[in-house]
Amino acid sequence: MEILVVGLNHRTAPVELRERVCFTPEAARRASDELRSSGLLSEMLVLSTCNRSELYGVPPESASESAHSLEQFLASFHQVEPELLGGSLYRRHDREAVRHLFRVAAGLDSMLLGEAEILGQVREAYRVALDYGATGPVLNRMFQSALEVGKRVRSETEIGTRPMSVAFSGVKLAERIFGSLKGHSALILGAGATGEQVVAHLRDRGIARLRVANRSRERARELALRVGAEVVPWDSLEAAVEWPDMIVCSVASPEPVLTRDILQRAMAARSNRSLLVIDLGIPRNVAPEAAELYNIYLYGLDDLTEIVEQNKKAREAEVPRVESIVDEHITRFEAWLASVETGAVLSQLRTRLSLEREALVTEHLRSMSHLSAGDHRAISALMEKLLDRVLLDPAERLKGVRDLRRKLQNLEALRDLFGLDRESH
Amino acid sequence: MANHLVLLTAICYGASLAGYIGYLATARRDLGRAATALLAAGIVLHYLALLDRTRWAHTVPYDDLYGSLSLFAWLLAATYLGLELFHRQRSVGAFVLPFVLVVFLLSHGSVGTPVPPPARGPLLALHITLNILGYAAFALSFVLSLIYLIQNRLLRNRHLGSVVWRFPPLEALERMSRSSVLVGLVSLVVGIFFGFLWANRIWGQYWNGDPKEVITLVILVVYAGYLWLGKTKDWRGARASALCVFNFLFVLFSYSIVNLYLSSFHRYF
Repeated sequence: MEILVVGLNHRTAPVELRERVCFTPEAARRASDELRSSGLLSEMLVLSTCNRSELYGVPPESASESAHSLEQFLASFHQVEPELLGGSLYRRHDREAVRHLFRVAAGLDSMLLGEAEILGQVREAYRVALDYGATGPVLNRMFQSALEVGKRVRSETEIGTRPMSVAFSGVKLAERIFGSLKGHSALILGAGATGEQVVAHLRDRGIARLRVANRSRERARELALRVGAEVVPWDSLEAAVEWPDMIVCSVASPEPVLTRDILQRAMAARSNRSLLVIDLGIPRNVAPEAAELYNIYLYGLDDLTEIVEQNKKAREAEVPRVESIVDEHITRFEAWLASVETGAVLSQLRTRLSLEREALVTEHLRSMSHLSAGDHRAISALMEKLLDRVLLDPAERLKGVRDLRRKLQNLEALRDLFGLDRESH
Repeated sequence: MANHLVLLTAICYGASLAGYIGYLATARRDLGRAATALLAAGIVLHYLALLDRTRWAHTVPYDDLYGSLSLFAWLLAATYLGLELFHRQRSVGAFVLPFVLVVFLLSHGSVGTPVPPPARGPLLALHITLNILGYAAFALSFVLSLIYLIQNRLLRNRHLGSVVWRFPPLEALERMSRSSVLVGLVSLVVGIFFGFLWANRIWGQYWNGDPKEVITLVILVVYAGYLWLGKTKDWRGARASALCVFNFLFVLFSYSIVNLYLSSFHRYF
């Protein structure tokens, strides 16, 4: 049984090409109908995201050169010149195809190492393909295993836990201090792009109250409307600082907006409740000396960038552990596949031998009229026992996962030797 | 039988500690879950070991160092488990379990020929158990406050290693420490109450002026002070946590010097 993947991703193809080879759900369905009705594949699934387009397939046993035909199909389906596409495509077979999918599900193949979104996309692609019956036993098992790999990797390793962007780092920092943000509040000063990303993450994490302030009243109102916050007038900034648990600044200002004095007064007024200040401004919006104030946690853009760098390294350090989870599931999947194949071959062998015996018995015993019916039965039973002993019992030893590779070769030999039909199972 | 239980308990606590350390080092949730399960198993086995001893002494085992320390370790483990489940924070285990394990092993290193206690009764047993529970809860708040100080320092200095992401959030640590102190205070107050009743029954007076009585009242005051100051402007946060760490010195003093050298009738608890 062969498993194939043909596709391209953010590493092999530029975005212009990826866009052209992208599948909408409905195009994916059309492609899989075409491929299956043309007999090129018996099982198939399309995984298409903005970073990758991949065809997973199991060709019928008799097919050869399936990978090549799939590439041609991709080119003609999307009307891309085959030469243009050829250089960007990768093709993997069997174990490597399985490994590829498992690594994708684990986030190892993502642009942002360990990101979690891909797992949802794999799940969705599988659900859709399952819905219209494009998959079969092999791909079903393979994708279920992949989802399991993705889940395990995210619960047993830290590949996806630490924030990889400045904005998200700021929010995660807040959670290191306050825990859940559900009962907490934030004040946003200015309206930089990163600041706005922070706001989006804060909303995501369920921050209870959000206020925004901007020198330009208009822009403050605009932002407030977009993210569902209240507006604080810029003149009452000093009073506004007393109130939140977290302040995010990205104001374009040559002078610090929050001086040590302002923050000191604010801290006194809020009776020293912890305050996280995230300063995204260049030059800085918050006087660095403010970091000395009791119960203030002051983080600048450089600090957050540094944290992101550390986290990247930490994620990379998790890769070997993720790979070993992937390996473990490949072994399991192969064992399953082998047991399916072994089972099929053994039952074919059994049928075949019993037919042969039947034929021999009827052909030769008919002429031996001196034998009674009981003798016939006894001879029949003896022949069966002989076949069991010299052929079937040894063949049974092919079951189990130890020494899988050698066993699969023997299985192949058995097929050739007895001319067992590959199509019939 | 008892020795087997002790050995099994030590193995469970040891394995649980390894699990908690592994969890803190790698953030693998399965390790954390295993650590919690092992801790629970250790607590059950430890309880059976204590029960074994109780059957022999016909009362809560308190009248020698063995009983007192062992009971302390058990209550510490049980209080921690309760706290972990209540606050859903597992990463502190790596710091609590060493205490549990060391005290448990100490209690068995020091086992001499046990002497049946001269006086016994439910009042006294309650008095002792509750007071030791109080100490266990204070020990827990000590560990939690210590972690708070570490976590706070890392966050203030903006040097985040891996642990910052794995320790509980600062506010959670503070809440856990405060709730632990609250448990300690309540059990200590009730325990002292039973102690006074017992003293009155035995000696006909509530207050005997024993140094242990004095230090216990001091402990009550300093921990109540922590709870109160922890909400005020000047002490909120790191200072309150430092105070909580400091307060534990009184408990240690009471448990060691006062027990062994100063008190006339409070010997091992």
